[in-house]
Amino acid sequence: MAILAVRDLNKRFGGLQAVKDVSFTVTAGSIKALIGPNGAGKTTLFNLISGVLSPDSGDIFFGDMQIEGMKPFQIAEKGMSRTFQHIRLFPNMTAIENIMIGRHTHSRAGFIAGMFSLPWTWKEESRIRSRSREILDFLGISGLADSESTSLAYGQQRIVELGRALACEPKLLLLDEPAAGLNIKETAEMANLITKVKNLGITVLIVEHDMSLVMNISDEVIVLSYGQKIADDVPLAIQKNTEVIRVYLGEEEC
Amino acid sequence: MARNRHLQAFLLIAAVAAVQLATMISDTQHYLTQLTMSGYYSLVIIGLCLLIGYAGQISLGHAGFFAIGGYTSAFLTTYDLTPVSDKAFIAFLSRTGMLVSTADLYGGQVLHLHPWAACLIAILLAIIVAYAIGGPVLKLKGHYLAMATLGFGTIVYKVVLGTEQFGAADGISEVPEFALLPGIAVSGKLSMRIMNYYIAWGLVILGVVLLSNLVHSRVGRALRSIHGAEDAANAMGVNTGRYKLNMFVISAVFAAIGGVFLTHYNGGIGPSEASIMKSVRYVAIVAIGGMANLWGALVMGFVLNFLSLRGYFGSYDDAVFGAILIIIMLFTPEGLLRRDLFSDIRSLFGSGKDLEEKV
Repeated sequence: MAILAVRDLNKRFGGLQAVKDVSFTVTAGSIKALIGPNGAGKTTLFNLISGVLSPDSGDIFFGDMQIEGMKPFQIAEKGMSRTFQHIRLFPNMTAIENIMIGRHTHSRAGFIAGMFSLPWTWKEESRIRSRSREILDFLGISGLADSESTSLAYGQQRIVELGRALACEPKLLLLDEPAAGLNIKETAEMANLITKVKNLGITVLIVEHDMSLVMNISDEVIVLSYGQKIADDVPLAIQKNTEVIRVYLGEEEC
Repeated sequence: MARNRHLQAFLLIAAVAAVQLATMISDTQHYLTQLTMSGYYSLVIIGLCLLIGYAGQISLGHAGFFAIGGYTSAFLTTYDLTPVSDKAFIAFLSRTGMLVSTADLYGGQVLHLHPWAACLIAILLAIIVAYAIGGPVLKLKGHYLAMATLGFGTIVYKVVLGTEQFGAADGISEVPEFALLPGIAVSGKLSMRIMNYYIAWGLVILGVVLLSNLVHSRVGRALRSIHGAEDAANAMGVNTGRYKLNMFVISAVFAAIGGVFLTHYNGGIGPSEASIMKSVRYVAIVAIGGMANLWGALVMGFVLNFLSLRGYFGSYDDAVFGAILIIIMLFTPEGLLRRDLFSDIRSLFGSGKDLEEKV
């Protein structure tokens, strides 16, 4: 069953067709990777799916909901969360506070309840905190809970950002280059974590440059080139796909 | 955390009482007038502090909301309804007790709206204007938001300055006292000086408690996340547009309440209260208090407003606040009373920091 279905998606920036007639589905419970050379439109596609951009045409179905044109926060409420290519943790907040923001869609204290510190909000706060601690434990970084997010090592920041997205309890998790800037050991650790996330039953759509990561953990891979989908298959088939090899390595006669 | 906040509120109450006792002992009760006024200005400051420091949205137009509160209340409680008292609506208001009659300077009777009704209308108007202005301008960021709010402040200033019904350059005077409860009134009368000091600072304490609660709530965390990385906050499900707007409106309400009460206390309001320099002053005080530091903003709001009202800055008053803004931005954008400073001081007393983490 497809948890995400993208149909004939188009996005143009002035003269540049960033995404052209892209269609694909993501099977519930799988890890699907989105690869392609720089400028292939991967991040644009991500931004279209997560609501940062609206498509010029095409449909995006998340479960049975049509979500294109919705605001990011509305899509997050529906159960899709994401990380960013350039880490977007909240500075001046600790790691656990960052993750607690991820609980936003699962809690409801508003301005009035907050200002009057109504008793039910205390319970909600402690639930938010304990759930966030569980996530830190799950990711193996409970020791970092009270560290300022910006003081953490780069690899740790990536994990905290993953935790923040997990705190939303998403049905679909979008990871935008989760291994960017990580060394080999950290990349392997990240691959482990992503597999652990999949084992929770969360579907993962991942944009990544690191081929070892992609080929190891993905169930399916889509290849984009100049905004168009050129392949959509299991990793082994992708590795043998001549078109994919051509866009990645260039023409043989070059 | 909660216990820590109760302690802070208690300390604030104690400090307010201590200041009053100090004026009594040192026979400087005449200071109470400026202390009371600085309380009302501090209401603007703490609301603005949350908007700027926590939600990360600048406003250079909050004197506008202060003036909307003050002028609305002043107008409605001085506008004589006697000539139209036979109209059905006015008669209805009169029957429901919404109208009161006060004697003016020349012994004549002025029939006007009850200050409570005027106050509520003033706050309502500030809310409506804040939603109407905030909706579109909060989509802007950085300098653009600053300029748009500056534009709003300018409009309010020019409107009150140019409208005859608002007294043009003279403003509105002879605003009656505001009887909150029988025997308790916001009034500049000498006999009520101590009471009014406590009314003003009572309101400030209430405001600080409410805002401090907000800061430590789910909403406060969401506001800080907007300040830190708006796109990420949105992706985490925070309705960033609505949160910014609500915070803008709340800060406008704080400013309007300050305006209403100060106007009744002073017995009048003039266009200078709506001027851009007032807005700049509020921002400067929030900055020196340390943007995301409610207590710092409060302390600085109290100290600087008091010094200014006592005339310590002389004719350089506005220049002082302009200079403060420049110096703070250049040398200590975290503000003078920044958090590190407190924890630095605490660490001098051994395990102070551990204590903070446990409570």
